[in-house]
Amino acid sequence: MLPRARLLELEQQASRARSHVLHLADQGGCFVGAALSCLDLLVCLYGEVLRVSPASAGDRGRDYFLLSKGHAVPALYATLVEHGYFGKERLDHHLSTEDCIYWHPNAALPGVEFQSGSLGHLLSVGTGIALDARRVGDPSRVFVMLGDGELNEGSIWEGLLVARAQQLSNLILVIDRNRLQANVETEALVPLEPLLDKLRAFGLLASEVDGHSFEALSAAFSSLPSAERRPIAVVANTVRGKGVPSLEGRANAWFVHGSPALHEELAAQGSKP
Amino acid sequence: MSYESTLLALAEADPDLMILTAENRAHIRGLAEPLGPRFIDVGIAEQTLVGVAAGLALRGRKPIVHALAPFLTMRAFEFIRTDVAIAGLPVKLVGFVPGLLSDGNGATHQSLEDIALMRGIPGMQVFCPENGAALEASLAQLIASPAPCYVRYTSREGSAPAPGQLGSADVRKRGGDVTFVTFGLLLEQAEIACARLEELGISTGLINLRWLSPVDEEVLLDAARTSQTLVTVEDHFKIGGLYSIVCELLQRAGVHARVISHAFDGRWFKPATLPRVLDHEGLSGARLAESVLGALQERK
Repeated sequence: MLPRARLLELEQQASRARSHVLHLADQGGCFVGAALSCLDLLVCLYGEVLRVSPASAGDRGRDYFLLSKGHAVPALYATLVEHGYFGKERLDHHLSTEDCIYWHPNAALPGVEFQSGSLGHLLSVGTGIALDARRVGDPSRVFVMLGDGELNEGSIWEGLLVARAQQLSNLILVIDRNRLQANVETEALVPLEPLLDKLRAFGLLASEVDGHSFEALSAAFSSLPSAERRPIAVVANTVRGKGVPSLEGRANAWFVHGSPALHEELAAQGSKP
Repeated sequence: MSYESTLLALAEADPDLMILTAENRAHIRGLAEPLGPRFIDVGIAEQTLVGVAAGLALRGRKPIVHALAPFLTMRAFEFIRTDVAIAGLPVKLVGFVPGLLSDGNGATHQSLEDIALMRGIPGMQVFCPENGAALEASLAQLIASPAPCYVRYTSREGSAPAPGQLGSADVRKRGGDVTFVTFGLLLEQAEIACARLEELGISTGLINLRWLSPVDEEVLLDAARTSQTLVTVEDHFKIGGLYSIVCELLQRAGVHARVISHAFDGRWFKPATLPRVLDHEGLSGARLAESVLGALQERK
């Protein structure tokens, strides 16, 4: 159980991070819907789970976080700013040639382990990191965040077979299950359900969790890695655009241009009891 | 020595060296046991193979990746370009059974565009040794380079000269009315063609280019200035390979020379045993000599 004060801190941090996301959207737009669905996951991972900090970001035994659904990068940058990896003022440079803050992550930003953007890549990159960490006895755990739409990619299922074959219990997939891909509902295009059964059939230890509940999330991540020699999948049920009611669950809220109205909506949410 | 034993010796001396394969073990079978967890076989999964290599390289390791050339360079192309090359990671990609070596397999297994694809990636080195000895001689140098590299593996017996600097061509014969430029498997056919033409009183030069990226520009430009005619010989499509490299260089340098191409022009080759393919496709030494002789006479 998270202490009440800590819960409040996380909620406040998430609220500030959401505001950072909208700030990026104000400058040329970004993938707001995808960012807001996984933002609570990121705040919880960096705040409660990952054994990494700006000071230990170069340590060999650190935990690794890889954002495979790269277009959700506003949530990652917002979280990294909240944890002091780089200054908030850099978020003023979105899409500027003076900096390198754009629609997909790149490792020039402190705290970003690897670039992404093309879907279906970082499960295999994470597998390489996890294999090496295990081989040399480092305590590192590798968290790879995937979008549910990203599960359309064949390389994910190929990668699951290999991760299972290699018995990587230090590899944790966090699936942002917001049930929407770029334009349509996942189940209306290429149905993923029964997703947990599929993941279990591939040999993963799979569970689902409310992706917006810090208590549920910190409980789900509290016992990793398990003693079983299997990779882990946490399917986090989320809502696209979470925190800004006019964007929530909307198929057309994938790429969004910012506006004062969106900031007002977010602020109104924060003031609710 | 063999590729396998050379690699084993290097791996024993360098604990960061890792050997990966997509279940293509023919030339590295003996490494699994001595290297233990430093030998990783992901199964028939080329995309994952390359992604895993990128992850290992991020951890400071030096992965050497093996798969059949067409599946490594094409099935996993975007992983090579995105996870290895954009990140500038020191991953070495070894393509087995490239070009004509696929002999009887058919078009599915013919990598005739691998050089075009790999040299089109910024920062990617492309090494095309003529035989096992040439690869073994360059292996340490290649691994020491921090750049990603594609190796077109030619499993032929034979000897090789000292490797020279990375990127340097192996000039077998200078000057002449005609200079052959080639690499890999077809070097021996070009040698035969040169000998035939010499017998007929035609003076020939011969360049084994070896590195198709970076390219030994000085050697090529010198040959173009000396010879009236360059003959490019490659088991690759005409687009994007050796012929393209030579023409692009001459144009850029403002050097004029006639360039005769022997390559696959917009088609795959007829699958058969290697000697039959060489003859059928006009790439045997005898057929090359015949063709160049015809071209020279036509010019007169």
